[in-house]
Amino acid sequence: MAANAEKLKTTPLHARHVAAGARMVPFAGYDMPVQYAMGIIAEHNHTRAAAGLFDVSHMGQAFLSGPDHQTTATALEALVPADVLGLERGRQRYSQLLNEQGGILDDLMISRPAETGEDGRLMLVVNAACKEADFHHLEINLPDTVKIERADGRALLALQGPKAVAVLARLSPGIAAMKFMDARAANVAGIDARVSRSGYTGEDGFEISVLAERAVELWDKLMAEPEVKPIGLGARDSLRLEAGLCLYGHDINSETSPVEAGLAWSIPRRRREAGGFPGEVRIRSEIDEGTLRQRVGLRPQGRVPAREGAGILDAAGELVGEVTSGGFGPTVGGPVAMGYVVRDFAEVGTPLSLVVRDKPIAAEVVKLPFAPHRYKR
Amino acid sequence: MSIRFTKDHEYIRLEGDTGVVGITDYAQQQLGDVVFVELPEIGKTVTKGAEAAVVESVKAASEIFAPVSGEVIAINSDLEGSPAVVNEDPFGRGWFLKLKIENPAEMNDLMTEDQYVEFLKTIS
Repeated sequence: MAANAEKLKTTPLHARHVAAGARMVPFAGYDMPVQYAMGIIAEHNHTRAAAGLFDVSHMGQAFLSGPDHQTTATALEALVPADVLGLERGRQRYSQLLNEQGGILDDLMISRPAETGEDGRLMLVVNAACKEADFHHLEINLPDTVKIERADGRALLALQGPKAVAVLARLSPGIAAMKFMDARAANVAGIDARVSRSGYTGEDGFEISVLAERAVELWDKLMAEPEVKPIGLGARDSLRLEAGLCLYGHDINSETSPVEAGLAWSIPRRRREAGGFPGEVRIRSEIDEGTLRQRVGLRPQGRVPAREGAGILDAAGELVGEVTSGGFGPTVGGPVAMGYVVRDFAEVGTPLSLVVRDKPIAAEVVKLPFAPHRYKR
Repeated sequence: MSIRFTKDHEYIRLEGDTGVVGITDYAQQQLGDVVFVELPEIGKTVTKGAEAAVVESVKAASEIFAPVSGEVIAINSDLEGSPAVVNEDPFGRGWFLKLKIENPAEMNDLMTEDQYVEFLKTIS
């Protein structure tokens, strides 16, 4: 089969995807489902209407452990611009690992366990394509007092959509009490799990981390629920794009700062003022003076999608930016894109054109997200 | 009814000296959900093997090549409002364009249905 021939890695759920008739493609070194029989548009729509189940076990999970929260958080704050010290028990935060130039090495989720017995531990979830580099970066930069423990023996599933909470509540009583960005240990269908109420779709939903050997059992239990359908990476991409969320390696990379990417909201005042993270000079001056360019949402007129790499022209036909993510938004009912433009052209309503197959297509800057977020705060 | 196929999974179905061109079921499955089809202008002359249309699916754009040379005499305007019909009925309502065939001998270079079926076995 293709996976063996190309030495692709597989998640614990690989056999389930193949049995379900998924079209498998290589992604970040893994053989992953890009879509199942329903197709990308139907899978996307199902997630926004009901409950979509995603296998995201390819992503990197790890634990940081130190003698107490203060020590572990301080160590991580040397690498990310988030407020980790102030992260409460049972809460999760979004941030970025930065390089010395203020560029983004990866974006990640940081959660602090709810249980007092786990004081000093933080759980990290990073992108699949970056996990080796991220874990290396953490290892060489953490002090001796804080250890990183890769959780390669864990799987990660995401259940997203307006019906996700009803489904999960049947399998994990009390789960409905969680608010957006809560993170806690929970028993889901008899399986010990770490659950966060968060995701990558803009919908209400949960991410569920379990030991790899329980992953298939969890998948089967969730798939048995009537509202749940399996969703592939194709729809995962169209969902996050409509939600205005960045994809590492496309909308953000080692040259983009969180400020120009529109992620300065994740850098709180204490960190802006005190610094202490890599690239602080650039980032603080960008926050104070503005950036040369900004990430914006774009809506092409008509039905032709403008994809990554398409040039962005101003009304005079001058190149003012580039599309970094683009495709078709099923919820919006038309093409959507994100890209960077010189800041003079970043205002909502600015008329621009996007170059597709050497022809300019009229478009305008629109507010993100394209589809409203429905988080349960 | 005479129908021929290309290695790029286009079909051309003969109706007199007119060829109805579209993509095969295999092609629509490979492409995934079609969101837009860019069709040529009526009156345009296409050469065999040159780009005749572009199909935008959710993930990517794909070129559709003219199976034979000819003049575009009709295009399927239904595709503009309902691009998904290409997925639903590629041989019927999902046709792309009709060509006035310039050189009927070019049809002989293309695969017959039996040959196309054999060809699919080698690539699936």
